[in-house]
Amino acid sequence: MGDYIVLAISCILINNILLAQFLGNCPFLGTSKKMETATGMAMAVVFVIVLAGIITWVTELYLLKPLDIEFLRTLSFILIVASLVQFVEMFLKKSIPALYTGLGIFLPLITTNCAVLGVCLINIKEEYSFLEMLVSSFSYSVGYGLALVLFAGIRERIILARVPKPLQDTSIGLVTAGMIAICFFAFKGMV
Amino acid sequence: MAQSVVKEFTKGLWAEIPPFRLVLGLCPILAVTKSVENAIGMGLASAFVFVFSNLLVSMLRNIIPSKVRIAGYIIIIATFVTVVELVMQAYTYPLFLKLGIFIPLIVVNCIALGRAEAFACKNPPLASVADGLGMGVGYTLSLCVVGALRESLGNGTLFGHQVFGPDFQPFAFMLEAPGAFVCLGLVLCIMNLVGKK
Repeated sequence: MGDYIVLAISCILINNILLAQFLGNCPFLGTSKKMETATGMAMAVVFVIVLAGIITWVTELYLLKPLDIEFLRTLSFILIVASLVQFVEMFLKKSIPALYTGLGIFLPLITTNCAVLGVCLINIKEEYSFLEMLVSSFSYSVGYGLALVLFAGIRERIILARVPKPLQDTSIGLVTAGMIAICFFAFKGMV
Repeated sequence: MAQSVVKEFTKGLWAEIPPFRLVLGLCPILAVTKSVENAIGMGLASAFVFVFSNLLVSMLRNIIPSKVRIAGYIIIIATFVTVVELVMQAYTYPLFLKLGIFIPLIVVNCIALGRAEAFACKNPPLASVADGLGMGVGYTLSLCVVGALRESLGNGTLFGHQVFGPDFQPFAFMLEAPGAFVCLGLVLCIMNLVGKK
């Protein structure tokens, strides 16, 4: 049990997927201008990463490994992610419309969020067991959501500040992300 | 004809240079720019994918049904990424290990999909290749600039050679994760300053 807690903490805080491993930065900067969009994106990411993690892990074990076609991993994983996103979108639209309107436009964007494919590949690379894979997928995506929501909060304030013209928008966003990364950097000695 | 091809190529070098003008494909530029060497490797690998995926998308642009085009583009891009991955594993193994999961992640580099969707699916093969090559070279240049800044300031070296002499105190912050964000933010700021003139 202790191992899983350590894994969870290291995935959420120490190896934060956004700030320490640099995955999923485009949607991070794109959807963090408003708190609402940031929370929507964060929820959609948690949902899709956990599902994609499970499916790709099973695919790797029962399809790619026995047939000895691991070189097709990239191709098959991205297809799984893309079709999963499409499928989830259709399913939510039909059965849980409330959640669909909440996640709405963020779902299709997730296909090109490299955090999803990144987590799936990390799970395979680290040779996690099924339970470890569940914990790591969930904690990585929660870490992503945490960083995104924190960042959106700061960014809403920055709009009110007087930022020099050349630094505006993405530029100041990146510098701010750097500052948050410093805070997360402090967790490094924890485990 | 030749003029327009040159134009498509050169716009990737300055007017629309990724990721400064086109804010796409930020992840690799933050992650693999600890040294210039890594930056060049990553840049060339991405350029290869951009050029060939643009070529194939443009050749198949009248065949791929528009409803499933995104899935089609992703398969084309993923195929070339797999080629790059296998070639790098065979010939440049140390670099392959250093770049790690960022090579398979070229698949989800928004530049590749973005160019396929915005340019290659509407233009003939030659112009598309020029566009892909321009984007690829521009991307490599940007990676090198950030890589050179981070390596020289953070480690005092360029390509492993000392540049500031033995008394230089390395600014190790630049090599860490936060340094990457701040460095890229400031380069973007300088680009905005220069672009305004």
